[in-house]
Amino acid sequence: MVSFIIDGKKVEAEAGANVLQVARKYGIVIPTLCCHESVAPSGACRLCVVEVKKGKRTRIVTSCLYPVDEGIVVETKTDRVLNVRRLVMQLLMARCPESEVLKDMAKEMGIEPQPAFHPDTDKGKCVLCRLCVKACEDVVGASAIGLSGRGKNKKVGAPFMEDSKTCIGCGACAYICPTEHIIMESTDSKRKIWGRTFKMQPCDKCGRYFAPVDQLKFISDKTGTPMTELAVCMSCK
Amino acid sequence: MSKINTLEDLNKAAKRGLESIIPSKTKVMVGMATSGIASGAQEVYNALAEEIKKRKLDIILSKTGAMGMDCIEPLVDVLQPNKPRLAYSKVTAKKVPEIIDQIVKGAVNGNKPAYRMDEEEFICLNENKPYLKGPVPKDLEGIPKIGDVSFYKKQMKLATRNCGMINYESIDEYIAKGGYFSLLKALTKMQPDEIIDEVIASGLRGRGGGGFQAGIKWQTCRRAHGDIKYVICNGDEGDPGAYMDRSVMEGDPHSVIEGMIIGAYAIGSSQGFIYVRNEYPLAVANLQRALDQAREYGLLGKNILNTGFDFDLKIGKGAGAFVCGESTALMTSLEGKAGEPRAKYIHTVEHGLWDRPSNLNNVETWANVPAIISRGAKWFSSIGCKNNSGTKVFCLVGKINNIGMVEVPMGIPLKEIIYEIGGGIPGGKKYKAVQTGGPSGGCLPDSLIDISVDFDSLWDAGSMMGSGGMIVMDETTCMVDIARYFIDFLEFESCGKCVPCREGVYRMNEILNDICDGKGKAGDVELLESMSQGIVDGALCALGSTAANPVLSTLKYFRDEYVAHVRDKKCPAGVCKALIRFSVSDEKCTGCGVCLKKCPTECISGEKKKTHVIDQTKCIKCGVCKESCKFDAIIVE
Amino acid sequence: MKTAKAKKITVKDIIKKYGGDKTAMIAILQDVQEEFRYLPKAALSSISKQMEVPLTRIYEIATFYNAFSLKQRGKNLIEVCAGTACHVQGAARLMDRMERDLAIKCGETTKDKMFSLEEVRCLGCCSLAPVVRISGNIHPNLTQDEVPKILKNY
Ligand SMILES: Cc1cc2nc3c(=O)[nH]c(=O)nc-3n(C[C@H](O)[C@H](O)[C@H](O)COP(=O)(O)O)c2cc1C
Ligand code: SF4
Ligand code: SF4
Ligand code: SF4
Ligand code: SF4
Ligand code: FES
Ligand code: FES
Repeated sequence: MVSFIIDGKKVEAEAGANVLQVARKYGIVIPTLCCHESVAPSGACRLCVVEVKKGKRTRIVTSCLYPVDEGIVVETKTDRVLNVRRLVMQLLMARCPESEVLKDMAKEMGIEPQPAFHPDTDKGKCVLCRLCVKACEDVVGASAIGLSGRGKNKKVGAPFMEDSKTCIGCGACAYICPTEHIIMESTDSKRKIWGRTFKMQPCDKCGRYFAPVDQLKFISDKTGTPMTELAVCMSCK
Repeated sequence: MSKINTLEDLNKAAKRGLESIIPSKTKVMVGMATSGIASGAQEVYNALAEEIKKRKLDIILSKTGAMGMDCIEPLVDVLQPNKPRLAYSKVTAKKVPEIIDQIVKGAVNGNKPAYRMDEEEFICLNENKPYLKGPVPKDLEGIPKIGDVSFYKKQMKLATRNCGMINYESIDEYIAKGGYFSLLKALTKMQPDEIIDEVIASGLRGRGGGGFQAGIKWQTCRRAHGDIKYVICNGDEGDPGAYMDRSVMEGDPHSVIEGMIIGAYAIGSSQGFIYVRNEYPLAVANLQRALDQAREYGLLGKNILNTGFDFDLKIGKGAGAFVCGESTALMTSLEGKAGEPRAKYIHTVEHGLWDRPSNLNNVETWANVPAIISRGAKWFSSIGCKNNSGTKVFCLVGKINNIGMVEVPMGIPLKEIIYEIGGGIPGGKKYKAVQTGGPSGGCLPDSLIDISVDFDSLWDAGSMMGSGGMIVMDETTCMVDIARYFIDFLEFESCGKCVPCREGVYRMNEILNDICDGKGKAGDVELLESMSQGIVDGALCALGSTAANPVLSTLKYFRDEYVAHVRDKKCPAGVCKALIRFSVSDEKCTGCGVCLKKCPTECISGEKKKTHVIDQTKCIKCGVCKESCKFDAIIVE
Repeated sequence: MKTAKAKKITVKDIIKKYGGDKTAMIAILQDVQEEFRYLPKAALSSISKQMEVPLTRIYEIATFYNAFSLKQRGKNLIEVCAGTACHVQGAARLMDRMERDLAIKCGETTKDKMFSLEEVRCLGCCSLAPVVRISGNIHPNLTQDEVPKILKNY
């Protein structure tokens, strides 16, 4: 256990935890876009910045990555911190002018768009938080989508920006996307995502369509469980 | 070749090497680093080989790296027994027979060498060995000694000690210069901690830009937990306008290798990597050859110098990404992935390459190590200035007379580099600024011409030492355009991982482009300033957190140029196309018609011997007329 | 560069040369590019299959680094240096000239597939600025005027 100060409060935490986890435990609100409990943090969005004083040195760090340490002093709402968060929000709103999620967040934070930035029209609602990529790789294990390019040309998608050949239609990426950029269209028997249409599997017992056939095949291949066993939905299991 | 196991073996190799450095017959050396080859050294080399063969002469023809004075390449050095070594500049294949004539006759006439060297410095051995025995021959008296040439006078060569002196293909020549004796000393007479103490005491600071104490880094890495540790050399040299690391890797690869073996022993590492940027094929080839030679001699591999110490080195090639010079990105790239940086809250000396303790140093940092071990910390720290010991290699390029690579003691006044070594600004133009530190650095204006060139002074002035680029700018350089140039570079090179850098630098570029296109608005400059702070604080890695420097430093020293662009819609330096206009001076135009012939859009008209006129509606502002007018009659305003 | 006589090197050979080492992916892609002068889609798919690395990861690498090209290049690659030293010596005007004379934009290939025009940031020959590299040959201190003559030689 280590003890340190956050926003004037003395707190204790498990060594190895990060500042964000501890702050949340103590009810301190820090905005985030690119971290999620199911994947490792990447530090991409920079919204979660806080000021940390360690010894004589004060610096701005991302709370989702910064490991807690004995005696550090954390401030989550200094001018420097709020200045970074404002810039990040304004930049993202200019990138994704359509995003309601961002607009709502900005409103809550009291941030207006920067009129000098000409809004982009080609990026959709994607803020490049890379949660989808990590979910698909680390959680699902399909690695169907990835990042490509560099800098302002960075993009999320399947290789060659074609319809994904290895996507199993699980939808994990769409569920995790914070800005609803990934579009998943579902009818009872079909699901469309990443340019592919997936056939859904009806539950052997109740008949409800519950998962894409490709996803079940993928699980079957990976775990060796026969398809017949997998063709039963969660509620009937 | 048999393995080197003892001091005796090493001495034998040194003897062989010395015989080829200062041979008992005539030797001709061609400077064949990339810059030499680009200026035609390969043709010169071939012509020499042919001429020597044709005349059946007993002459050794050899290759060497770059001494630094790139503006007079191709360079051919002639060394005849007991005579001074002569350097012929700007040699072409056509001039080769004449040079050979002079060698055969043993007398210099006609085509005069640029300078002569009477002796050669052996830094690591702390001695000079003479080329010249007896008095200076009459015909050579008028040729300046290298030490009297203003380009070399104030220089001091430590890291580049062998560049342009030895044949980079010969390990024996390297050994003759005292090479690998430091390694022998380190492995047989010093404990790892002693080596680290020595490097700490020398005050050697990392030459890659940050200026972190090399010895302290080694110590932290040595103390870090882990059985497997790595030493890595940063040869990415991404700063555009800088090529000192290339020169060392090409011209003296063994100095880097020896430094790394010593470092590995001190840190407790058995595997190392040299990460070289993609654009440097010759550096890769020369390093590879050197690694093979070192392995053959038993200086790499198992049981080095019969001491039981094992260490080997591999080359990793970059593929064109500036960000891969950053330590965490470099390591990610070495792992075979896209080189994105990661947060360094846990240092790479503890968790680096493949999550193991990894010590990364720059090429020049490593190349200094053997000299420190052989001559001692005291000697090294006596060179340079307070907290900045030793020398620094710079590439002096841009609007300067003597373009080239220079190595100077730290703390030298900038003025001496620009006006004495560099020989001032060409064409009688006015000096405006020098840009140091690459894209993360800044510009130093005329008012700072007396500044001491060291890590701390440059930092305080809002610039950076960086890895050693020094780009000189004159009155025809637009500082807003320069800021735009660097921001554009960084926008292109940003890895795109984090928002402040990916989106912030992109927006700054938009604003700067508007300003240069005459679309600047009131408030733009202030917006750039306020964005800068957010990017500095918010960016994930140092590429982003220093990205605003070129803007901030030009704003600090050249704000009036921004004002001229935004408010008056003028580019005082005559660079930004949208804000300038080409016309012909009535006074200076002789009506020679050269511009008329060259203009690609045929928009210049005029009779012979009468002032010509430019049709503004057709002019695309390409500047050809200005480049081609011999009478300086084209006005840009 | 391969000679006309040399046996065609396959993706398989290249992978074998690196012992299938996944950490050598960048070097493998460099070798493939050396062989084909760009990274063909089929080659990337084949690397993915043979090395059991998801194509997404390979595509990530291939699009991250400048040196890789997913487009077929022309017979000659023209690289105009846009490093700082070259920039202050007028590299932008050289690039304009190249674009005009070849009637293509930077990043494109001429219709007759003779030239591809690209930009690089420093070739390490800053003392000879501005420089242009064409098919590996460095042209130092190039002026706009010399452009047509030089292009004719390729
Ligand atoms: C964007 C970026 C690019 C860098 N490029 C280089 C480089 O090309 N060469 C280099 O030696 N260091 C470069 N550095 C600095 C390295 O990260 C690192 O500090 C250095 O190699 C450490 O070696 P040193 O302590 O010997 O200087 C770069 C840093 C950043 C942030
Ligand atoms: S839906 Fe496809 S792309 Fe999305 S996480 Fe699942 S497999 Fe990956
Ligand atoms: S698509 Fe969504 S989850 Fe994926 S990077 Fe973009 S914003 Fe993040
Ligand atoms: S600061 Fe720039 S280069 Fe560094 S991680 Fe962020 S986007 Fe990448
Ligand atoms: S700038 Fe170019 S287009 Fe204009 S007049 Fe001069 S040569 Fe002709
Ligand atoms: S949540 Fe920490 S950087 Fe995005
Ligand atoms: S800037 Fe063009 S070669 Fe370095």
